[in-house]
Formats: sequence, structure tokens, C-alpha cells
Amino acid sequence: MAAAQVLQSEWTKIRSVRSTVWTLGLAAVVTSALGGLISVLSRNRFDELSASEQLRFDATYISFAGMGLGQLAMIVFGVLVVSNEYSTGMIRASLAAVPQRGLFLASKITAAALLAFVIGLATSFVTFFLGQALLGPYRASISDPGVLRAVVGGGLYMTLIAVFSMGVAAMLRSPVLALGILMPFFFLISNVLGNVPATKEVGQYLPDQAGTKIMQVVQLPDDAPYGPWGGLAIMAAWVAAALLGGFLTLRRRDA
Amino acid sequence: MIEAVGLTKRYGAKTAVHNLSFRVRPGIVTGFLGPNGSGKSTTMRMILGLDEPTHGHVTIGGLHFRQLANAPRQVGALLDAKAVHGGRSARNHLLCLAQLSGIPAGRVDEVLGVVGLQGVAGKRSKSFSLGMGQRLGIAAALLGDPQVLLFDEPVNGLDPEGILWVRNLMKQLAAEGRTVFVSSHLMSEMALTADHLIVIGRGQLLADMSVQEFIARNSASFARVRTPDGNDGEREKLTAALTAAGGEVHSEPDGAFRVTGLPLPRISDVAHAAQVRLWELSPHHASLEEAYMGMTQGAVDYRATTDPRAGLHVPHVTGEPPTAGRAATGLRPDAHRAGAQQPGQAHPPAAAGAPGPTARDHRDSEDEQR
Repeated sequence: MAAAQVLQSEWTKIRSVRSTVWTLGLAAVVTSALGGLISVLSRNRFDELSASEQLRFDATYISFAGMGLGQLAMIVFGVLVVSNEYSTGMIRASLAAVPQRGLFLASKITAAALLAFVIGLATSFVTFFLGQALLGPYRASISDPGVLRAVVGGGLYMTLIAVFSMGVAAMLRSPVLALGILMPFFFLISNVLGNVPATKEVGQYLPDQAGTKIMQVVQLPDDAPYGPWGGLAIMAAWVAAALLGGFLTLRRRDA
Repeated sequence: MIEAVGLTKRYGAKTAVHNLSFRVRPGIVTGFLGPNGSGKSTTMRMILGLDEPTHGHVTIGGLHFRQLANAPRQVGALLDAKAVHGGRSARNHLLCLAQLSGIPAGRVDEVLGVVGLQGVAGKRSKSFSLGMGQRLGIAAALLGDPQVLLFDEPVNGLDPEGILWVRNLMKQLAAEGRTVFVSSHLMSEMALTADHLIVIGRGQLLADMSVQEFIARNSASFARVRTPDGNDGEREKLTAALTAAGGEVHSEPDGAFRVTGLPLPRISDVAHAAQVRLWELSPHHASLEEAYMGMTQGAVDYRATTDPRAGLHVPHVTGEPPTAGRAATGLRPDAHRAGAQQPGQAHPPAAAGAPGPTARDHRDSEDEQR
């Protein structure tokens, strides 16, 4: 069985359901619109900031402020792509056609990840340029040092969040269970753990806390012990672990 | 050829399938019969490599399913008609299955035509009826033009025209030399469709034989005899005379007798000699459904109990007879009476279409009335 065939089939599956358009569309709109809104607010409040705050003002990162909410739609996309197979029972037809379960899962995740990357990257660029336009005099330029890395990193971050969700969904198999765990975790728990001083030591290694680093241009001295790419690597390690768990679950359990 | 050897599947403490061995041969339709929860679907999933057997193994053409090269081109299966993404159109559902095994997209429209869904190919399958879902599932099984076909309860939810269509399709596929394995919990349906039967109950093999053999072994013939109503004297006289002549006489709920061990002319002679008038003397065969029920009786997992209605039921208010009384009168009093009133119409021209060559003659009136 050629991998290209399975990949093509998975692409057909993804493009032929409406949830794909809804979730990815929502991710793009929420991320860019909320980023734009916060950019406008930041521009109007710039003069009220203290001198040190003005010095640390990160125009790029501010335009990505909508990512925290927009990523939730990415999570829904990732969960649905995988757990739809289980909730509908389609998994049995799929695995009867592709008995090599590793190939099946790899193809599904590759197809979904490629789409998430394209949408994520486009969203990231739109978000950046929209945010900078609204920031007016305080804007950053794409040619400034580190900015292009942050913008491309925004696309990578959205992709990795989606793929992480796919791995978790493959482990849990139920969309309700996977969303019930992932949504509150990324919306609330991770932010609390990563920002409360008592837990920050551990919390900064959580996938989203580490991954967000790639979108920062102005690095703060008291910040995490990893750089932008280090942070992304930590996130990628989480993703790899989730995928491995998903693969082992799929291989061992009866469909 | 599907071959199962000592197939066993346990889910925790519950044994779904126990030491099941059988062969499904090409060129014929093999029926897989059993009550709900008897392990039919579990067995089918194990054949398809979806569930790992606890013990034993099952092979298709000598290979485990997972070892088959491009499995969909060799084995097609309908497991669950509802197992489709409701938001995906019928064509896209089949297209993604076709692409998995390198089947050209044109084949999708072919199978949509074969199952009669070409008119709704672009519609999202959540709007489909159960019967349309079954057709879509059958289309998926046919996609790869496979030599081995598995169908789990394919006639569920189909209308009579659809049932006839499935029946003919199975026979046609078998006639082309393919291996066709069809599960059902309806004996009457399998008697018309299958050539060979594998019957299981509680996960264990109960019968593995041809339909003819099953019929020969399990359908005892008997005569229905009725004396004039309200004349108990003649009734008792005939009972005594028939018993003396070596027959076995059982009373039926509607007052008739069921006589075994005597040919019909002999019963008539005995009655004549005893000077008893007969209102009915008709030949019958015990239905296959009855034989099947008898065989699987000990193996039914889900048995209904009488509804005590928590003492809520007040008979004189609703005017319905009390439940206990109804339960005591027997299983299907109506069917018996209806059969008695029209003994000559035991075989109405089967609207459901051409029944099997052997089975039809052996079905009895009660079967048809149901």
C-alpha cells in the first residue's frame, strides 16, 4: 500500500467535512481579529506605560495576543480530525482498508498537519501585518531582527498545537474526553501554572508556555532558560510524546 | 476461503467467542446466524484484523488479514451501516475509501449505481435512512471488486424491495465464485439466501451444515387435525383412536391437534373408522425459525421479562386485559388461529421475491403469517 494513496485519502476525508472549514476559519479569524483589537488598545495606551515597560514593548508579540484564544479552534480541529474516526465508527472501515496502523495514523496526521501549517502560516502573516498597521507609530517591521522568525514561528506554533491535539485524541479516542481535557488545560491551567511564581519553574516547560517563546522578539532578562528555538523544541518534544502515545494506543487496542 | 481455528475472544471476564472453528468456502453464500450478542460481529472484526483474538487465529486464503497485500482489493466488508461521518457526502465517503487502496475514482460512481444511490451521491449521509445507509455500506464493500465479502446484518432497515435486492446480490456474488459470508439473526432470511449455515450462540458453534441438511434435521413434519368445535366427545374419541394407531397427539392452543408419526391418509382412515368428522386435516413442517429458536434458546443473552408495570396498571380503567393473562395464553395465539382459518394459503405468492430453491417448500404457514 503506497503511502501516497493513504495520504490522498486522508486529504479527501479532511476536505469533505464542514468542521474543517469552521475550525480553521475560526482559528484564523479569532487570532487575527483579537490581535488587531489588542494592537489598537496598546497603541492608545502606549503613553500611559512606564519607561521600562515602553522599553520592553514588543510590537510583534502584541499582535499575536489573540493566539491564546485562536489556538482553541486549532485544538478542536486537531481533535476532530482524529476522533471523528472513532465517534462515527469509520475507523473500522479505515483500518480494514489499511491494516498497517502506523501508516494510517502517520498519513492522517501528515495531511492534517500540512493543512494546519498552511492555514497557521497565512494566519500568522495576516495577524502580524494587521496588528502592525493598527499599532501605527509603534509598529515593528518584518525586516527587523527576529521578527520574521517570530512570524513564521507563529505558524509553526499553531501547527504544533493542532498536532499535539491529534496525538492526545488518538490516545483518548473520544472527542468529548479529548476536548474536555485540552480546552481547559490550554485556556486556563497552563497559563496559571506558567505565570504563578510558585509553579513557573515547572510550568514554563508546558507545551504552549515553551512554544509561545518563538513569537517574542524582545527577550526579557528574567525570562525562561531557553531561547525561541529551544522553546519550540520543547513543544515539539511534547508533540512527539503525544504522537507516540497515540500510535501505541492505536496499535495495541481493538478498533 | 475464510478459515477460523479455535477462535476465542475475551473482554475481561466476559467471553464473547469461545473456541470457534469453521470454514467459509467460495462459490456459495454462507449464513452466519446467532441471537444478538452471540459473537457474530466480534468474529467478523477478528476476521478483518480489527480485534486481536485471545486464542486461535483466522485466515483468509491462508493469510492473516494484516498480511494481505492491498486488503481492500481482496476483502470487502460491511460492518456497521451507521459507521460513516454524517457530514460527508456518499460519494466522498466512498472516494476516501477508494483512494486508500488505489481504486480509481470512476469506480465510486459505478458502485453507487450498483446500489442505487446515484441520485443522492452528493448528499450528506446524515440525512440517509437506515436502508440507504446499508446500501452505502454495501457499496463500500464492493469498491475493490474483492473475492471475499463479509456482510454484518445487511438487511437491517431495508424495505422488502431492498431485502430482495440484497438477497439476489449475495447469490450473484457467490455465483461469480466469490466467498460470501453474511450474518443475520433472522433464520427465515438466511433460509432464503444462504447455501450453508454456521450457527453460534453465546460465542460457541451450534451448527455448521448446509441449509438442506439443517432443514432435514430440524424440520419435523406433522399434521394439523381439527374436529368440529364444541364437540369434546369426538375430540377425545379421535385422540384415543390416533394414539392407539401409533400416532403422537399434541393439543394446540386453538383446540386443534398436532399429530406426528402417522401419514395423512392413515389419519383420515382412523377418523373414518372412529366415525369422527374432521374440519381440518393439513400437512405442515415445523418452521426453520422454530428449529433455530429451539437450538439457540439456551444461548439468548437478552430475554424479555413480563412487564409488571410497577403496579401502575389498572385494568378496568384502560379496558386492556391484564398482562399475566396474555402471557399465559402462549406466544402467538393470533398466528395459530390465522393459520387454521386458511390452511390452503400456506404459501402466498411471495411478494418478497424469488425465494431459495429448497427452502420455500419447507416453510410453513405460520412462518409466512408473521
